[in-house]
Amino acid sequence: MDLTPTPSQTVGPYLHLGLTDARSISRIAKDGAKGERLWLTFRVLDGDGVLVPDALIELWQADSEGNYAPQESSADSTAFIGFGRLATADDGSCTFETIRPGCVPGPGETVQAPHINVSILGRGLLKRLSTRVYFAGEPANAADPVLTLVPENRRATLLAQPDPARTSNWIFHVHLRGEGETVFFDV
Amino acid sequence: MPSSRIQDSSSMLSGAIVPIRRHEPGTQPDYLYPAYRATRLRAPSQPLIFLPHTLSEVTGPVFGHSGIHPHDQDLTVQHAGEPLGERIIVRGRVLDGDGHAVSNSLIEIWQANAAGRYSHRKDDHPAPLDPNFSGTGRTLTDNDGFYSFVTIKPGAYPWRNHDNAWRPAHIHFSLFGPAFVTRLITQMYFPGDPLFAYDPILQSIPDERARQRLVSRFDMETTKPEWALGYRFDIVLRGRESTPFEK
Repeated sequence: MDLTPTPSQTVGPYLHLGLTDARSISRIAKDGAKGERLWLTFRVLDGDGVLVPDALIELWQADSEGNYAPQESSADSTAFIGFGRLATADDGSCTFETIRPGCVPGPGETVQAPHINVSILGRGLLKRLSTRVYFAGEPANAADPVLTLVPENRRATLLAQPDPARTSNWIFHVHLRGEGETVFFDV
Repeated sequence: MPSSRIQDSSSMLSGAIVPIRRHEPGTQPDYLYPAYRATRLRAPSQPLIFLPHTLSEVTGPVFGHSGIHPHDQDLTVQHAGEPLGERIIVRGRVLDGDGHAVSNSLIEIWQANAAGRYSHRKDDHPAPLDPNFSGTGRTLTDNDGFYSFVTIKPGAYPWRNHDNAWRPAHIHFSLFGPAFVTRLITQMYFPGDPLFAYDPILQSIPDERARQRLVSRFDMETTKPEWALGYRFDIVLRGRESTPFEK
């Protein structure tokens, strides 16, 4: 049998039926999960700056001590799942409740700054887009081995900013194309 | 848990990451495919930045194991009556690129009904809804990576991508695999559909052989006498770089 991986296709406009109507996860960290609790809002915009009302955001992150949920135990019932998924609403946004991840080991002796791994899918996306959310003001960002791969003038697109209106709330804009385009990774 | 599903823990402790293998050119669509109009405003214009895999890429969630009911894999028994249309069985096996079975892993599907209408508030195609069909299913692969669904053959439906645009009949498939970067969302098509040549979503895959992998095949072994036709749809997720020759 040919073991070339199966090609990707768009998730289409009706993704909610299969993925989020019954099975969305907005709380990545439930009550009892250790760490600094925060709310992270994504706002997705297309190449015309129009809000995207039918995107799917999936997140994967380490716990507050920098450990990814061990695969044997990251059942749906544990306090810290590490995984979240939501569709954007008509206003192009969705909000996750989580905790600030810890630092994760990087290549060699490096340490990765706190970050959340992001998949973006949607109508008009023939395959997943991959990006990362880092936190503005985090001192560890300066030495992060992935951020330093990114041209300096585009790094800010990977930083969530604190919401001035609400404590513990962060905002991350995803510009799919054009002005201020978010950095996407080839993973 | 089978070893094929988990990153080798000893290699994690030593800090050595076993990367997930990259795709061969042409076997996956590009982001921008102008004939599929929505890509023009949603595909990135800047080149992607190559990211050597770290723990963040080679780990991934085990999701969806709880709360799966037997009727979740039979889309014809989820309501009081039977849905209209041609009952079918879709069966297949999920492997990784090294030939290992992807066992005990979630598959989620969704689809239009036999008339080509989704049970979705934004679908305004003037074809009838079927009160006995939601079009949503989920299941776990078994120990050998096999799965099966009973459902109704979906209808083709029009969309507004271009003049007289119709999507070939398809079922959406969502799979996770062992890592965050092995995540796959795709569509399964039915053999011999005359709409293939006109469908920019399928045609966005450059390699003809790769395109054909999304077309299920009629399978007499899966077909049940006096009851339902069977289609076979095997899926391959990305494997790992270190074990390309292991069987």
